Amino acid sequence: MNVIDLSQTTVRELNHALHQLEPTDPGPRWVVREPRGAHAIACGLRVPVTVEIEGHAGYYCAGMNQFATVRVAGNVGVGVAENMMSGFVHVHGNASQSAGATAHGGMLVIDGDASARCGISMKGVDIVVKGSVGHMSGFMAQAGNLVVCGDAGEALGDSIYEARIFVRGKVKDLGADCVEKPMEPEHFSLLKTLLERAGSEAQPEEFRRYGSARRLYRFHIDHASQY
Amino acid sequence: MCGIVGLFFKNPALEPELGHYFSVMLDSMSSRGPDSAGFAVYGDEVPAGCVKLTLHHPNEQFDWAALASAMSHRFQVAPNVKVNATHARLILPAAEQDARAWLTERFPGVAVMSAGRRIEIMKEVGAPAAVLARFNVRQMTGSHAIGHTRMATESAVTTAGSHPFSTGPDLCLVHNGSLSNHNRLRAQLQRAGIEFRTDNDSEVAAGYLTWRLQQGASLKEALEAALHDLDGFYTFTIGTRDGFAVLRDPIACKPAVMAETDDYVAMASEYRSLVGLPGIERAHLWEPEPATVYSWTTSRN
Amino acid sequence: MPLQPRPGLRESATFDRHVIHEIQRAAETGIYDIRGWGAKRLLPNFDDLVFLGASMSRYPLEGYRERCATDVTLGTRSAKKPLHLKIPVTIAGMSFGALSAQAKEALGRGATEMGTSTTTGDGGMTPEERHHSQHLVYQYLPSRYGMNPDDLRRADAIEIVLGQGAKPGGGGMLLGQKISDRVAEMRTLPKGIDQRSACRHPDWTGPDDLTIKIEELREITDWEKPIYVKVGASRTYYDVALAVKAGADVIVVDGMQGGTGATQDVFIEHVGIPTLPALRQAVEALNELGMHRKVQLIVSGGIRSGADVAKALAMGADAVSIGTAALIALGCNSPKWQADYEKLGSAAGFYDDYQDGTDPAGIATQDEKLAARLDPVQGGRRLANYLRVLTLEVQTLARACGKSHVLNLEPEDLAALTIEAAAMAKIPLAGTDWIPGIATRGV
Repeated sequence: MNVIDLSQTTVRELNHALHQLEPTDPGPRWVVREPRGAHAIACGLRVPVTVEIEGHAGYYCAGMNQFATVRVAGNVGVGVAENMMSGFVHVHGNASQSAGATAHGGMLVIDGDASARCGISMKGVDIVVKGSVGHMSGFMAQAGNLVVCGDAGEALGDSIYEARIFVRGKVKDLGADCVEKPMEPEHFSLLKTLLERAGSEAQPEEFRRYGSARRLYRFHIDHASQY
Repeated sequence: MCGIVGLFFKNPALEPELGHYFSVMLDSMSSRGPDSAGFAVYGDEVPAGCVKLTLHHPNEQFDWAALASAMSHRFQVAPNVKVNATHARLILPAAEQDARAWLTERFPGVAVMSAGRRIEIMKEVGAPAAVLARFNVRQMTGSHAIGHTRMATESAVTTAGSHPFSTGPDLCLVHNGSLSNHNRLRAQLQRAGIEFRTDNDSEVAAGYLTWRLQQGASLKEALEAALHDLDGFYTFTIGTRDGFAVLRDPIACKPAVMAETDDYVAMASEYRSLVGLPGIERAHLWEPEPATVYSWTTSRN
Repeated sequence: MPLQPRPGLRESATFDRHVIHEIQRAAETGIYDIRGWGAKRLLPNFDDLVFLGASMSRYPLEGYRERCATDVTLGTRSAKKPLHLKIPVTIAGMSFGALSAQAKEALGRGATEMGTSTTTGDGGMTPEERHHSQHLVYQYLPSRYGMNPDDLRRADAIEIVLGQGAKPGGGGMLLGQKISDRVAEMRTLPKGIDQRSACRHPDWTGPDDLTIKIEELREITDWEKPIYVKVGASRTYYDVALAVKAGADVIVVDGMQGGTGATQDVFIEHVGIPTLPALRQAVEALNELGMHRKVQLIVSGGIRSGADVAKALAMGADAVSIGTAALIALGCNSPKWQADYEKLGSAAGFYDDYQDGTDPAGIATQDEKLAARLDPVQGGRRLANYLRVLTLEVQTLARACGKSHVLNLEPEDLAALTIEAAAMAKIPLAGTDWIPGIATRGV
């Protein structure tokens, strides 16, 4: 394994080294010590390498991730795995705002809580939060699945498009055009797969489903107050 | 626009190290605010009937001794004066209003940065590291401190425009964000007798709290009213004589991280700022909820 | 149909025919008016400034033998690979979605022929665009439609968009009739819906957090590419200072005359300030920070001719960007489609309903039959011709002022014709030393 100590090496040097790896032979895993809340750690990865961060990371950890597996043994700041395209990001602690923002694919797992705007503008990523999420989560969520084993804060799924939201705990309130929808067999099996991949013991039967009422897709004056 | 930090010791044994830990926190927020820096330290409490003032004059060669001498003539007792760069900490057995009135009349070029029984505010233009060195913050002691590194948004980079803003005895505020209705609010507060020295939106927030407190509100009530009356984006950290408070607006786009152990409570705009605190690996870390007042106090005699 | 006024018929200046029409339209539909283009009302602009050509005290350059260079380098502050452009005119961001694929290709061809850049828009990068543009600036918008790191690495520069001149504070808009299969797929949206866009970025707000976002984008692209920050003109002085402090390599300021594919008319006409004062404020902010020419400034919003380009450079811009003018060069509002414009209730020279997706010129549409009306090769040639004329005009004016490089044009080469322009541009009124608000020049 490659061990990097961020009190000796810069984030820039670390990222540059990770960007030089060969896609067909990325090599052994990388261990990053002393992250101390630094920003942009392991961002822009594009090969199937494993990076383990031992401590708390700052903003945009694993930003725009492709193919890589990034694990954080701590908390992360704003925008973890933002715009991720593929791969797997696992946060053992809590995540700050905008976790998984605008991500297109891959899976983001947060063992603790995620803060406000989890999954904002998500475009195909699967996010599993074993704790709770903050307000405005799933805001303008276009595609993908947001699974919350705990509770959800205010305005869940405001202005949601076609993404799916599953919540096991309480939902404080729903945002514009977001409604509860019935759970069909395909949703139970989808949830089972997602929860297993995330290493959660929660059962699909315990969840409720939320999605777009699709009333705001074409502007109609009767819904003007929702804009 | 800014970085804000706050450190509050629950354990009095840590008080001699306040300046050390606080400087590290503030310095790490330089990237968020390269223009100027300021802080409020809550140190030794002066006896009842006395007032502690922090004064500022732009000329580092200003004759503070002459000011102290003139003051002792007027008040029949020599004030205790300690000069620090462009500031001077002054302790006088007199009422705050009397001291202020006299200063305004006799030394209009001297600005009052803070007044109270424990608070000392110092702030200057310049990179945060330079400001910390200039005031020798590392050597300061006390129970709590709040600080600010500034990236000026809509008002000028001046000493007066830097945070913290003091709004009442032992009270001050730092702000990360941008208010949107502060101009009309400033005019209303001016009509209610609050004075402003800058065009800074944060000064309006501070003035608003002062006004509310003058009307008899508790700090918590004043902050809850602020949620209704202030518009825009904000994380506020407020220093009080015996503690501090944190408040985020309902949308909560501006960051805030908190850390708590048995020994201290700390807040910062980024987690990076907290990494030097003792026992941070085991601290309870969380982000304050929007539109919720968080406050801590220590009981003092 | 021309109006035939009779004596005794007086139009109200307050409730003129446009206002009456709009109130009636609002009463009928219950929705605000959405259209394309930028602010259409008369505003103080570059026409109110003139050049002080050579005379006894200043000597001109000959037109043919004596060089007047036009090249500009963008992104010198932090990028490993700044952009080297042959002319100081670039093509502004316009989305595939708002425009047809053929139009985007034509823009790329024309820009490349003249050695300058094009910019993607609020929909992502198309392969055709990357293929046809020698220099491609990739926009990073609040919506993040189609955003991906592969395109980020393929781009020559990255433009973080906070806003545009037509709607500072507003987000993108594309109505259902233009959300075709291809557009829908690129934007991860259902086909045929009215696209609602965010107006704030999803993972940062404010210049302090922008600093960290810029750092991330640099890290992802190994510090190679210039990072631009684009703002719609409103509090330009502060915005430019903050963009510099946040780490921008290039700043783009878009005045209220700047066009859009679709926005509420009320936003276009009543929010933002004109390009003229915005430009002056931007240069002031850069000068005060000692960053003029170190952080490059691109200005857009109503640039029409080489005169506009030269005046913008004289006031301190490093380059200008064109959007509406580029589309007109391609054939937008051409009289040859007059019959079609009339069928839509419009006329050549007046058409601004890009949002409908039925543009007769085939430019602002996703309709295949209409889009086929624009031949990308011919369109590219027309754009290149127009850019060539702009460049020749700038050189003519610059030589007349004795400059061997167009970037040597300076504010002292200008005089103002109106009080507003003098005040907004801080250029003295012609024949006087007077700048309203300032006693004498240079103070």
